[in-house]
Amino acid sequence: MSESTQVKYTRKDFTSDQAVRWCPGCGDYSILTQTQKVFPDLGRKKEEFVFISGIGCSSRFPYYMHTYGFHSIHGRAPAIASGVKISRPDLSVWLVTGDGDGLSIGGNHTIHLLRRNIDLNVMLFNNRIYGLTKGQYSPTSEVGKVTKSTPLGSLDEPFNPLTLALGAGATFIARTIDKESKHMQEMITESYNHKGTSFLEIYQNCNIFNDGAFSNFTDRDTKSDTVLWLKDGEPMVFGADGNKGIRLDGNIPTVVELGDKWNKDDLLVHNKKDYMIASMLSNMTSKPDTPEPIGVLYAVDAPTYEDNIASQISSAVKNKPKSSIQDIINSGDTWVVK
Amino acid sequence: MSISKKQVDEVVIRFAGDSGDGMQLTGGRFTETTAVVGNDLSTLPDFPAEIRAPAGSLAGVSAFQIKFSSKDIHTPGDVPDVLVAMNPAALKVHQSDVPPGGTIICNSAAFNPRNLKLAGYDSNPLEDKTLDDYFTVYSIDMSRMVSEACKDLDLSPKLVDRSKNFYALGLLFWMYDRPLKSTEDWLAKKFAKKPEIIESNVRALNAGYNYGETTEIFTTRYTVDKANLPPGKYRNVVGNYALSMGLAAAAERSKLELFLGSYPITPASDILHTLSAWKHLGIKTFQAEDEIAGITSALGAAFSGSLAITTTSGPGIALKGEAMGLAVITELPLVVINVQRGGPSTGLPTKTEQSDLMQAMYGRNGEAPMPILASSTPGDCFYVAYEACRIAVKYMTPVMLLTDGYLANGSEPWIVPDIKELPPIDVKFADKSNIVDGQFMPYLRNKDTLARPWAKPGTENLEHRIGGIEKEDVTGNVNYDPENHHFMVKTRALKVQNIANELPPTDVFGEKSGDLLILSWGGTQGACRSATEALVNDGKKVSHIHLRWINPLPNDLGGLLIKFKHVLIPEINLGQLIKIIRAEYLIDAIGLNKVKGKPISSAEIQDNVKKILEK
Repeated sequence: MSESTQVKYTRKDFTSDQAVRWCPGCGDYSILTQTQKVFPDLGRKKEEFVFISGIGCSSRFPYYMHTYGFHSIHGRAPAIASGVKISRPDLSVWLVTGDGDGLSIGGNHTIHLLRRNIDLNVMLFNNRIYGLTKGQYSPTSEVGKVTKSTPLGSLDEPFNPLTLALGAGATFIARTIDKESKHMQEMITESYNHKGTSFLEIYQNCNIFNDGAFSNFTDRDTKSDTVLWLKDGEPMVFGADGNKGIRLDGNIPTVVELGDKWNKDDLLVHNKKDYMIASMLSNMTSKPDTPEPIGVLYAVDAPTYEDNIASQISSAVKNKPKSSIQDIINSGDTWVVK
Repeated sequence: MSISKKQVDEVVIRFAGDSGDGMQLTGGRFTETTAVVGNDLSTLPDFPAEIRAPAGSLAGVSAFQIKFSSKDIHTPGDVPDVLVAMNPAALKVHQSDVPPGGTIICNSAAFNPRNLKLAGYDSNPLEDKTLDDYFTVYSIDMSRMVSEACKDLDLSPKLVDRSKNFYALGLLFWMYDRPLKSTEDWLAKKFAKKPEIIESNVRALNAGYNYGETTEIFTTRYTVDKANLPPGKYRNVVGNYALSMGLAAAAERSKLELFLGSYPITPASDILHTLSAWKHLGIKTFQAEDEIAGITSALGAAFSGSLAITTTSGPGIALKGEAMGLAVITELPLVVINVQRGGPSTGLPTKTEQSDLMQAMYGRNGEAPMPILASSTPGDCFYVAYEACRIAVKYMTPVMLLTDGYLANGSEPWIVPDIKELPPIDVKFADKSNIVDGQFMPYLRNKDTLARPWAKPGTENLEHRIGGIEKEDVTGNVNYDPENHHFMVKTRALKVQNIANELPPTDVFGEKSGDLLILSWGGTQGACRSATEALVNDGKKVSHIHLRWINPLPNDLGGLLIKFKHVLIPEINLGQLIKIIRAEYLIDAIGLNKVKGKPISSAEIQDNVKKILEK
């Protein structure tokens, strides 16, 4: 593994020669651009990056990155990426998935990836709809969603991806938004720097089948009151003039106005190592009375699966040095026929 | 009364008892000793799917059959000469297989009212004399004898009683003139931390042996001479273990890291267990969350440059279908191992069958051909595993390897191979020479094999993307052009077909023309070979061809088949190879199809051949 490189890359080095085929106006363009912009600064050799995806609009992503890439089958990217990383811990492995790919057909692989804490980076494009199959509801669509497959409204409760990831044992969960390019670049970098599975949810607008799903968090006139930008070690302040904050009322996060009654010292201070805070923040997703937490909710250090495999192997080799399969073949009760 | 020693050519013994009676272990010890004394042998374990069915019930009967001989043998035997029945249920289940004149040895202590009722006996068959007209029956209170032998040991009666299988083993060792030493050594090693358990088992073993020696119940001991096997250093080997060794040998010779992605399933799990214990060889095993993750993690490892394997049985293959298609279109090397069992669905998990051949041939969407080869004996599992790996990396293709429960758990004497003498597996990863006009071409093929280059991530300037969408020839770019798709479909098929060009000439056992050819694949090889030998001895013009490769079929097969008036294809399915043979060669092959969860017997094949020849 080489963390530094002599070569200075530019965005162009990470851009493949393939024409990008997402619908004009799709949020995916911004995600691709931010990734291509930030990758040159990660300080790693280009050939060490691998992008793995499943099926869905998001999963075309690897074709547009000039790195190693594998566009696989629906839902299975986490398992393929696990095989890549376990087999080759020297690579930087990125997994691009969507709310259908990663949480519906591939939900099983996603939770097992997270509990194993394999050091790879998940970018989950959440547009709360099935785009590639032309507009059915997804496991993150809100209840009552009217789509072609749910003409009278969807009945099932959506998954909250970050709560799910936390419950599955994730060591890093974060959220960003397609239109927030600078923030997204920061989150991609933070994901890269985390050792263990990083789970980055990206709110991504599908302007064809679910336009405006996140407009509350992206429109100029509303976003300052609806988004809580998380900063580790800082009180949870939001609002146009930084005039609001999150205060714990008992254990319940509550919005307060800063001024006469409350000041910054009364607010909850974000600590990305605190599971209780992460759990609380992830549960604030799309609730009417609290802003949407955006940023790194949780990041803790924990041993990775592939490191543990490597240490089991190295201690096994230490215990039985110089043994080979021929020794095993030769062992057991043997006899000679002349 | 004196005890006479009688020399015989071959013997079949079946140990049967409750799942908790240790019959597999007893059979295993008898096998190891028999191997060491130099007989040829073949074994057939037969155990229930239930881990612990209610004690004494018919469902809980577990059995182990061994045939050993002074001659070269191919099967674990059709019917037992001796049945050891440790309880009434074991007698009930297996008595009908014992031919008149056969010997039955029972632990009379287990023939109590409760067990008799569980087995469905109205009266005790050891007392009502119903067996005596047909069989030589030895009713021995093994439990009491063992308890007597161990009475001064500080062990609970329950633990002492668990040694009774070693009593039965000791008695059989006496009957067939086998030494106790290797079993005593094995016990000492196995229970090194429990000296009292070693002692009780050794005492039980000796008590059984001495019972034969000192009582006058037995009139005859049997000896079976050493078999005239080809010279060499031998060991006994079980199929799944041989297969694991073959995979590890392929990793060693190819200098690739072995990666196994797998999910536990009977009867394939032992391969996962075995490879997981070989971490000191640098082998990486990954127990995935499901069958699909088993194969897809392996495919990820293949993409990264590992020797990638996934192991399963039929139901798992059904789940892996889509991922196999992905391996076909991305042209990555991957060995998919199906240890077949009874189906459909959960079917008969612990019983054997050959009913997944069509699934192997056609069980994927689209035109998705995979090379298919099958193992013929437990020891052959080593060689087919090695061959599957060699072909996968040489042709850049997923390969399907079929074994079955009978081969996986069965065992035979096996010449210890020197892996340096196996065919080489030379892997050359793509490098700068694969760059054309500044661009790496992931689908620029080797002209001879049609294999595409294998470019390991981490290699400078070979960045490329592969995937499940149709690829343009040479560049590997996503491509929907009709002509390109047609070309790629044909190319992938041709690549698999080309493997036939390197297959050795087909080995015909017997004359190259005649009245009837027996054509077999997989685990029926032994029964077919035995039947052919018997029929030829009987003056019949019968020959035998066994297929290791089913896709592609050998180039010379068609020419051989037409030299016979009849072609008979015995299979443990309703006729799967026969459909391929009929379609491929337009010959009127005849099927012999039994789907009973157990091997087809040599006798059944012989009867069938005779009927055909009489017509």
